[in-house]
Amino acid sequence: MSIKSEPITINLGPQHPSTHGVFRMRVTFDGETIIDVEPIFGYLHRGTEKLAEERTYTQVVTLTDRMDYVSSMLNNQGYILALEKLSNITPEPRGVWLRMIASELQRIASHLVAVGFLIQDLGAWGTPLTYAMREREKILQMFEMLCGARITNSYLRPGGVFMDAPEQFWVALKDFVYDFPSKVDELEKLLTSNEIIFSRTKDIAVLTPEQAINASITGPILRSTGVSWDLRKDDTYDFYDQVKFDIPTHSAGDNYSRYLLRVQEMRESLKIVKQCVENIEPGPVRPHHDEVPFLVRPPKGDCYVAIEGSKGELGFYLVSDGSISPYRWHVRSSSLINLTLLRDMLIGTLFGDLFVTFGGIDINMGEVDR
Amino acid sequence: MFEFIYNILDAIIDIFIKDMRYESYIITAVTGLIIAFAVINGVLGGVLVLIWGERRLLGRFQQRTGPNRWGPQGLLTSVADAVKVMFKEDIVPEEADHYIFNLAPLLLVIPVFIIFSVIPFGISLYAVDINVSVLFILAITSISGLSIICAAWASANRIAIFSALRSVAMLISYEIPVGLSLVGILLITESMSVMDIVIYQSIPFILIQPVAAIVFFLGSLAEINRTPFDLTEAESELAAGYQNDYSGMKWGLFYLGEFAAAIAAATVFSTLFLGGPNGPILPGLFWLTIKVIAVLFFIIWIRASWPRFRIDQVLNLAWKGLFELTLVNIVVTSIAVIIWTDLDSNRLLYIGLVNWIFAFPFVLLIFKLLKTKKYQSDINSSSYYPVGSDSPKFKKEIK
Repeated sequence: MSIKSEPITINLGPQHPSTHGVFRMRVTFDGETIIDVEPIFGYLHRGTEKLAEERTYTQVVTLTDRMDYVSSMLNNQGYILALEKLSNITPEPRGVWLRMIASELQRIASHLVAVGFLIQDLGAWGTPLTYAMREREKILQMFEMLCGARITNSYLRPGGVFMDAPEQFWVALKDFVYDFPSKVDELEKLLTSNEIIFSRTKDIAVLTPEQAINASITGPILRSTGVSWDLRKDDTYDFYDQVKFDIPTHSAGDNYSRYLLRVQEMRESLKIVKQCVENIEPGPVRPHHDEVPFLVRPPKGDCYVAIEGSKGELGFYLVSDGSISPYRWHVRSSSLINLTLLRDMLIGTLFGDLFVTFGGIDINMGEVDR
Repeated sequence: MFEFIYNILDAIIDIFIKDMRYESYIITAVTGLIIAFAVINGVLGGVLVLIWGERRLLGRFQQRTGPNRWGPQGLLTSVADAVKVMFKEDIVPEEADHYIFNLAPLLLVIPVFIIFSVIPFGISLYAVDINVSVLFILAITSISGLSIICAAWASANRIAIFSALRSVAMLISYEIPVGLSLVGILLITESMSVMDIVIYQSIPFILIQPVAAIVFFLGSLAEINRTPFDLTEAESELAAGYQNDYSGMKWGLFYLGEFAAAIAAATVFSTLFLGGPNGPILPGLFWLTIKVIAVLFFIIWIRASWPRFRIDQVLNLAWKGLFELTLVNIVVTSIAVIIWTDLDSNRLLYIGLVNWIFAFPFVLLIFKLLKTKKYQSDINSSSYYPVGSDSPKFKKEIK
């Protein structure tokens, strides 16, 4: 006797607890097995790129905060680097060190969110997430000391940063740098050798290096396939050539290696922060107003600058017509491009793997839709 | 307990109405009502405390406070929640099958309360003592699966159907190891009555039947849908699973049923494996409560620290792991029971020793076999596909 069966299509999202925002997937299942996925996005589209055309170059910094709202500092950094390249501004060294500290701390915070929510998607009810959020909270408090804001920082300015770090920031940073490795160990003790996590993420949603490069996937997902590619080293910016750090890579290319890679990258970022603190010297944090006025007027032309964001290559393309606001601004958002292989990764896996894979890619809807 | 209250009522009626000869079934009915009232309200109060306790404990595990606004230490939070749930609007989907939709929450809650009728709260403190009460418990717990599939089917929701199918698959898989794990105990005590099993436990059966205890505990976790087997309402996948379309007090009944089921599972486990109301000096009810709280703490602890399994892993564990373990347990225990037939005081000790030596190593073996294989090669190798800075060939192209 054979039972007639047919595939079932389910809409997951945009209002679903694990879609990390407002993402929608039309998934077709054969039993529990996924046979087709159609990602649908655009629910958080705010027209950021168009909005920038109405604002001055300095005001656009606030728009970058709202793109990927868990790594605002990195967005600021990418935009400011593009603006500096376009208008030939030489940044002050202290400002550069400060923004390197800020962006590496932000990378740690972003990876903490990624790891915490990946484990939340696996079904652990909150504990690893709160462990991760506790550390992220310390970073956000440091950002508050730096610029008064926790999420939407707008800390960076053309040529450096908005203001020098107060004394209490250095105290907090010292504590954090001293404390954080043991906290990561604690998190790893809970998660890395956990049999359930290992069995649920190993060999799931495997990507080969060829697939990843062909889809121009970047960031931790590319590195988890075994490709050593990190813009901080390969197309260096700021003072990343003056600090020593490793680029961790894995050859498995599955969900587990993505998780492991993020944990290792947090340790590497901490190394960079330590070296930045050693190298920083007193001085102005940004050029005087005579050199870089508030209303920056870059000469006519265009430029593309990409940095290594927390989720991959974060590129900013700026076109100037000589006025006070950009003629055109385009963002190469890593989240959107990393999503392109979602269907290939998911087909053949089970329902339980769907959101784990989705969390493993670590996207941010604010950056996908912009 | 039944006879005790019955006699009191009989005496009271004798005092007031001496002339009239009342039928004894009225007294029986009143006695039953009093006992049912006490047990059900006890469990309901237990559920309220459990919800509070779970949230507070999870808060402690997660380095936060937990609910602490209503009442001292937030004790009245569950009461406030219950009031809120009662006053919420009751929404029924248009395409729902109303009759079954309304029936499903009741089907979940009622069996859970029925389980408590055969649980001894003290050595002579029980509502009913039927001679096949172990079988009765196993039979009644299976009804929850029917409720879940009713709820899912009636609410005409695809996600709910997923949840219900998972639930049924899990129920079918885990009923077998759970049922078979108790065979060892039945062989030792030669009785199916929970009361007899409790009286027999001069040493708690968790020490005599370690394998059965592990299998039964995991199985009951799966049957009450708790982490790591909470696939039925896997929040990160299915939102709320079969309860997606329920609101108001119907949803409240599901919630109540789940937590009451957790208490029931903990009570059954403590009765069968931890000696139930047995304990020195203090009354039996106190000891049973202590044991139930300990088991519930363990369940909450697991929830706070572990993620959930995937459906194929859950079924693998049941059929490839626990099922075999119960067979090993039955074989070892029956041989031991045949060797030591006389009921002297050391019999339990010998059977327990044999179980620890011959059956328990199989637990380690099975879990070793089921363990996920490690990666073949070292995954921390960066030379696998050099594109970045290590390779001068690619570096040129970038510059």
